[in-house]
Amino acid sequence: MTRYTTATDADREAMLAAVGVSSISELIAEQIPQSLLLDRPLDIPEGLSEQEVYTELASLAARNTSAEDEVTFLGAGMYDHYVPSIIDMLLGRSEFLTPYTPYQPEVSQGGLQVMFEYQTAISELTALPVSNASVYEGPSAVGAAAYLAKLVNGKKRIVVSAGVHPHTIQMLGTLAVGYGSEVVVVPLKDGATDQEAWAAAVDGETSCAILQQPNFLGAVEDVQALSDAAKDDSPAVVIGAYDPLTLGVLAPPGETGVDVAVGEGQTLGNRLDFGGPSFGFFAAREAFLRRMPGRIAGETVDVDGRRGFVLTLQTREQHIRREKATSNICTSQALNALAGVVYLGWLGREGLPELANLLVQRTHYARTTLAAIDGVELLHEQPVVREFALRLPGVDVEQLVSYVQDHGVNPGLALTRTHAGTYDDGLLVAVTEQRTKEQIDELAALIGDAIAAQRGGATSANARTEISA
Amino acid sequence: MSTTENTTGRGTKDVHIGDDSAIAREAVLPAAGGSDPRPLAAPTTSVNPIQRDHATTIFEKSVAGRRAFVAPDAGVPEVALDEIIPAAFRRKAPARLPQVTEPELVRHYVRLSRRNFDLDTGFYPLGSCTMKYNPRLHERVGALPGHARLHPFQTADHAQGALEVMYGLERQLAEVSGLPHVCLQPSAGSHGELAGVLLARAYHEARGEKRTKVLTPDTAHGTNPATVTMAGLEVVKVATNPDGGVDIDDLRAKADEDVALIMLTNPNTLGIFDPNIEEIASIVHGVGGVLYYDGANLNAIMGISRPGDMGFDIVHFNLHKSFTQPHGGGGPGSGPIAVSDRIAPYVPVPVIRREEVPAADGEGTTHRFDLVSDPDRLPDGAPGSKTIGKLRGFQGNYGVFVRCYSYILSLGGSGLKDASEVAVLNANYLLAKLEELGVRKQLPLAFGTRCMHEFVISGGPMKRELGIRTLDLAKRLLDHGFHPPTVYFPLLVEEALLIEPVETEARETLDAFAEALAEILREAGEDPTIAQNAPYSTPVRRLDEAGAAKKPRIRQPIA
Repeated sequence: MTRYTTATDADREAMLAAVGVSSISELIAEQIPQSLLLDRPLDIPEGLSEQEVYTELASLAARNTSAEDEVTFLGAGMYDHYVPSIIDMLLGRSEFLTPYTPYQPEVSQGGLQVMFEYQTAISELTALPVSNASVYEGPSAVGAAAYLAKLVNGKKRIVVSAGVHPHTIQMLGTLAVGYGSEVVVVPLKDGATDQEAWAAAVDGETSCAILQQPNFLGAVEDVQALSDAAKDDSPAVVIGAYDPLTLGVLAPPGETGVDVAVGEGQTLGNRLDFGGPSFGFFAAREAFLRRMPGRIAGETVDVDGRRGFVLTLQTREQHIRREKATSNICTSQALNALAGVVYLGWLGREGLPELANLLVQRTHYARTTLAAIDGVELLHEQPVVREFALRLPGVDVEQLVSYVQDHGVNPGLALTRTHAGTYDDGLLVAVTEQRTKEQIDELAALIGDAIAAQRGGATSANARTEISA
Repeated sequence: MSTTENTTGRGTKDVHIGDDSAIAREAVLPAAGGSDPRPLAAPTTSVNPIQRDHATTIFEKSVAGRRAFVAPDAGVPEVALDEIIPAAFRRKAPARLPQVTEPELVRHYVRLSRRNFDLDTGFYPLGSCTMKYNPRLHERVGALPGHARLHPFQTADHAQGALEVMYGLERQLAEVSGLPHVCLQPSAGSHGELAGVLLARAYHEARGEKRTKVLTPDTAHGTNPATVTMAGLEVVKVATNPDGGVDIDDLRAKADEDVALIMLTNPNTLGIFDPNIEEIASIVHGVGGVLYYDGANLNAIMGISRPGDMGFDIVHFNLHKSFTQPHGGGGPGSGPIAVSDRIAPYVPVPVIRREEVPAADGEGTTHRFDLVSDPDRLPDGAPGSKTIGKLRGFQGNYGVFVRCYSYILSLGGSGLKDASEVAVLNANYLLAKLEELGVRKQLPLAFGTRCMHEFVISGGPMKRELGIRTLDLAKRLLDHGFHPPTVYFPLLVEEALLIEPVETEARETLDAFAEALAEILREAGEDPTIAQNAPYSTPVRRLDEAGAAKKPRIRQPIA
């Protein structure tokens, strides 16, 4: 008996008697052929008490360097934003944490209304009229959008900007095998999507054209120009992968020609969690409503005329349509989306632009300060919101990262990890509201030291005291 | 546990309502004659006003000038936005998000939460969903900053604890499945299925074979056929035999050289372990096909029988089912896959490698973990060496891995087996209890005589004899404080109810549930309109779903 299994020995005896067998083994042997019964115990150690498990997981946590342990400028898809305390409290409530998908709406009004509010918030953020109740996460949301495009126009070419997250581009290649599509990558020019190459790549056979805003290198793209070019003589569905917090300052997709806006929702009140779980948002033009993947909550009334909410348009979904479904998604990310809508409510109408402005200002300061270091250049000069890319010619950037980390600061992503051969001397730096001016100055000093150290020059680092997060 | 809520006065009915539920009690008055049975909203006892809140949204509570967020000072010299981002790229009007204070925000969502039924409050025998208790220890360890605030691009040397969790979980799941290699990346069961079908496809194509068909039993979860379509293959349905297993003759007829794989759940969605599984494996392997195991029902067989030993090549796990990740009202989940040696080279990247390295003190060796995305850095034939690529960003739902790893550490190998054994015992006990109470006369077991961890009963006789449908029974259960079972699935059973009682439920709970079913049948014998119009005690009553789909209102209009 484990601490979570309820039946006592006496219970088991009584229950077996009621069933009419002498043992559980007999009950199982009646149903599973002898040859398939595992004839030994699982090779997994005996169970531990709660406190022992806690100690083990705490010691494993201590072997990670988290954003609690270092001052981090790491981003590249997920960001160290502050998560307000009310989110921990609300997500910990049994009523949100433990139910299943709301299949019985009469006793799921809380969850369904949260979905409805979430959809409203995403529509407001994106200026697109329809949103689903969330999908797995950012990159796979792009994959789901590409599938929608395929269902809509039946075309087989996916055009994607090289500014889209490398994980997303790789994933599109994987999914395209199943979709029967080909993936064409459009290069960047000066850090943003090469508009001529983009216009040339999108044609009458293009199913969708995918951009990212801001792009992987932090550059703000001219989305309107890219959408216009993609729709010129093409059935292409324009898909934008957005960082939702930047929509506090950047023009929304619905007002710049984007047909389907998706993106990684982690920045909206979710933890880093080493990459998940988070959620992907998915919003589109009205015409695509009945091709949307995933759950959608809708408003209705009950038999007494009371306002209520249900899962709606389920004839799109796998449990009804089976092989003709618009997607195979079943479980989505309800709890993470709850964090998203609470976070957006917490920021509020005025707070979101204020936070976005804060990010822009601190990022601008960081970019200017770091670019002034001897041996550091901007990788591109496009406008940025909260992330930017540097070049450090002749510097081993991975070694520089390691050096700076040894002094308690994580300077960002060495681009050779994602773009080996293209940006080997690149460094991608993200600045959230958790990074102060003093921390940015410290980062600048450490990068200067690291470059000097690699050049064999003197370093003041030994005299520098480590700063903590 | 059932009580009778006696109301007095003309025309009122006795209505049985569960007494341990947060759901309010309310009497009900079917109209005379029953032809227009609109129940009166006639509260007699403690109707809970919070549960009956008018469903005002947070947007409707917005008041200009209110706010929760206060930004810290920028602390850097402010530069005009125009100098940083051209106006043409900027947003002109702010998103019309709510304007509310923090106390209002908290009250709004706490009140909303009280309009949900949840697993901590009551029995949730939703078949195929494995609604087992979610230990709170897991929330505590998952929230440790070393796990929760770990960046997914953190370098491997600074994430050794996380990689050890993932490596350890991979080894545990490999042992449970009886297959050598595990990939944790897929985000949910359906995502694991997509991985599996793409892997089978890659495996065949690498051998120069273009196979197009995927065999799925007609009892399969809807995600199976939907996945097949997304993977560009074609669904071929296999019939079910009278015992609830795969129809072997039909399988033989359909198994040919075009078959890429078969997708099976075993025990299947009828709760029946297919005794012919070895023969099925041999038929499919005989034509060169791959066997895929949908792990939705793994909770029946942990430590008892292993898909790898049955001949399966690919298995997905629903960590939110057998391994206690809370369902969260519809996610997050996680759907790792385990694969055989022949499939392993194709798994998505990154893969976790455990490497022996010289110890720091120069004495002997120690180990370190690495995440490898580049197939060229992997030995030939190793997992990921001919990868299909990626299915999502980063490594997978790590927060889920922490919880599930903790669960397996808590239970140990023998505890996992005990969990499955008690899940099977509980299901069979409930079945016996339903027989004892006479419930199975009108709700007969659809197939067989016993079951594994879940079973399907048919509401067909109930519908014909008592005039209430499975939907009515389900809605009436809500008034008894129980979440209904899965209804109308699997599709091949008339008026199906799929019941999965799980091992964390006590015998008394199963007794009470059986008695509630008996009581609803008894009541329906007297007056079917009561169930037909149920529920009465819930935050809202039956909702107009057809109307919602006809004219979708999926967001709040904002002035």
